[in-house]
Amino acid sequence: MAFAAFATTEAQPQAPKRRSRIALFLLLPGILYLVLFFLTPLISLLLTSLQAPSEFGDIGQYSYAFNWQNYVDVVQLYWPHILRSFGYALAATVLALLFSYPLAYFIGVKARRWPLLQSLMLVLVIAPFFISFLLRTLAWKQLLSDESFIITSLKALSLLAPDAHFTGTPFAVIFGLTYNFIPFMTLPLYTTLERLDLRYLEAGSDLYANAFTVFRKITIPLSMPGIVAGTLLTFIPAAGDYVNASRDFLGGPDTQMMGNVIEANFLVLLNYPAAAALSIILMAAILVLVGVYVKRSGTEDLL
Amino acid sequence: MAVREFAERGADLELVGIQKRFPGFTAIEELDLVIPAGSFFALLGPSGCGKTTTLRLVAGLEEPTRGRILIGGKDVTDTKSHERPVNTVFQSYALFPHMTVIENVAFGLKRRRIADAMGRAHEALRLVELDHLAQRRPQQLSGGQQQRVALARAIVNRPALLLLDEPLGALDLKLRRQMQLELKSIQEEVGLTFLHVTHDQEEAMTMADTVAVMNKGAIEQMGAPEELYELPRTAFVANFLGQSNLFTGKVVATSGNAITVEAAGASLIVPTARAQRHQGEVTVGVRPEKVAIHTEEPTATADRNVLGPGRVIDVSFSGVSTQYLVDLGVLGTVLVFAQNVGFGPIAHLGSEVWVSWDVTHGFGLDDEPAETGRFPADTSTSSIAAQQREALVTELEER
Repeated sequence: MAFAAFATTEAQPQAPKRRSRIALFLLLPGILYLVLFFLTPLISLLLTSLQAPSEFGDIGQYSYAFNWQNYVDVVQLYWPHILRSFGYALAATVLALLFSYPLAYFIGVKARRWPLLQSLMLVLVIAPFFISFLLRTLAWKQLLSDESFIITSLKALSLLAPDAHFTGTPFAVIFGLTYNFIPFMTLPLYTTLERLDLRYLEAGSDLYANAFTVFRKITIPLSMPGIVAGTLLTFIPAAGDYVNASRDFLGGPDTQMMGNVIEANFLVLLNYPAAAALSIILMAAILVLVGVYVKRSGTEDLL
Repeated sequence: MAVREFAERGADLELVGIQKRFPGFTAIEELDLVIPAGSFFALLGPSGCGKTTTLRLVAGLEEPTRGRILIGGKDVTDTKSHERPVNTVFQSYALFPHMTVIENVAFGLKRRRIADAMGRAHEALRLVELDHLAQRRPQQLSGGQQQRVALARAIVNRPALLLLDEPLGALDLKLRRQMQLELKSIQEEVGLTFLHVTHDQEEAMTMADTVAVMNKGAIEQMGAPEELYELPRTAFVANFLGQSNLFTGKVVATSGNAITVEAAGASLIVPTARAQRHQGEVTVGVRPEKVAIHTEEPTATADRNVLGPGRVIDVSFSGVSTQYLVDLGVLGTVLVFAQNVGFGPIAHLGSEVWVSWDVTHGFGLDDEPAETGRFPADTSTSSIAAQQREALVTELEER
């Protein structure tokens, strides 16, 4: 879904227009797959979001209707969660970018002369993927819990108030989101920075630009494709994430994101139309945000 | 401390005892060079001779291992690249792909906060006749147009010193000629000091006031193009700048103003003033176009060197002239360029001929031509590095 936004900006070379049965035949499995596993659930989700409670039914029984009031209800009820989701996702994306850019720059540019170091560092970036992110997030919960060594030491040093918590705060959730999405940010950044032609940087410094200006005016614009790809790969899943913000992991009652609300409506409250309406809102909001972002970043001629 | 004002005129460049080592090989052995202000100076040499490294040292993109660099009398050795009053036209042009042509040209001006950057940029584009393409992206221009944008981007800053790193390398012959003339006229117009690096001897000779021939990290000879061509000092210069016929022999007689060299039985006379060495083994040379070809034995006179008889082993017709390759037996082969003033060739393949040249056209070299194989040695930077590495490895293994 997110990459539809990408595809529209990419100038595809015009293929010779020739009606070919073989091409259609080869496309068929893909089309069938999309219809079956993307289009059908999407329509089903849309229909569910408009359902109304069955007149004499039990809790959790709904019948098809055109009850658009569902949308108004969920927005009225959950607007803080919607805003919080995008706020957290934005914060995590910015933090991940700030962390990943220097890392990717080092691997992709500075370490070019030592291919072994380059591959070793890439492996280190990807290595956490070998362990389930649920386990890793749980590990963070333990590391940052009130009784943990880190928090007790900080309290002992009076760097933290005696009654302060870390888990259950927005900081913990944003920290978890940032941590979990750093590889998604680093890898696309690395691929563009690895191809960065250093002669442009030399030309910049030859034209009276100091190191900072060269970075701002040349390195950043030339690595824009990586920045756009990385931020999208981080922002989109982070906005819909429900693990980090969950009470079982790093979140608390005040840090619930859209994902948590959808989960609660679906599994606990059995309010399927509300959950579906929230999902549709999330999807639409992301599409609009991403579309505007890709258009404004102006990476069309660099992609 | 950015350079905020335009250079009034070109500045002179002085390199003092420059040495540049890279891990594994030495790019520049020992280089001393003075380029006077306002001149068009060409650094000519084969790839891997250290000429591009020299340029990068002057631009501040590399640091010398040893030595000082002075621009306009000011020591800039420790000055950062962006603080030097120098601009470069890169071999790859290095036009910023994310900016339009006009933004590229105005880049340097904006960094120096010069008033009316856009106006001046347009002016520079008009100079290279590309103002109508100001809003295009560099990728949308042809190679020749990109080259002109790169030139405009450099000269718009009015640097005291403009460095050109084989900027015409990617152009086709016709465009190249045109750009050579344009470059020369721009240089005369704006009066900047140009340092042009090239491996194309014709380009160096047509454009530059002074040419320095560089080989293996050192300057072999420096001077006006005519001087270098007419009186090469070393075998490398004699063969790199045009072609030469070379004969090595012992000096057998020295008269007041000439020396006689005996090479494989033939005596060749060279004016003393045109010979670098006057005793022992001396290599004598003559340019192919100075050599005349005869189908009958010419009468020997004191002012002509005559060799022969020999046999024509190759004739190639190239329009304005015909090249003959004459086999002289033990003396080796002689190349002769004869102008096509009459109709058809003077001599045919296999015919017996004599060659002669005016004594005053010969020159005596400082060294002997190196024994070269059928193909000249590969002297590119990477192969030098590879060879050095191999030598180092074998040395280590022997211990």
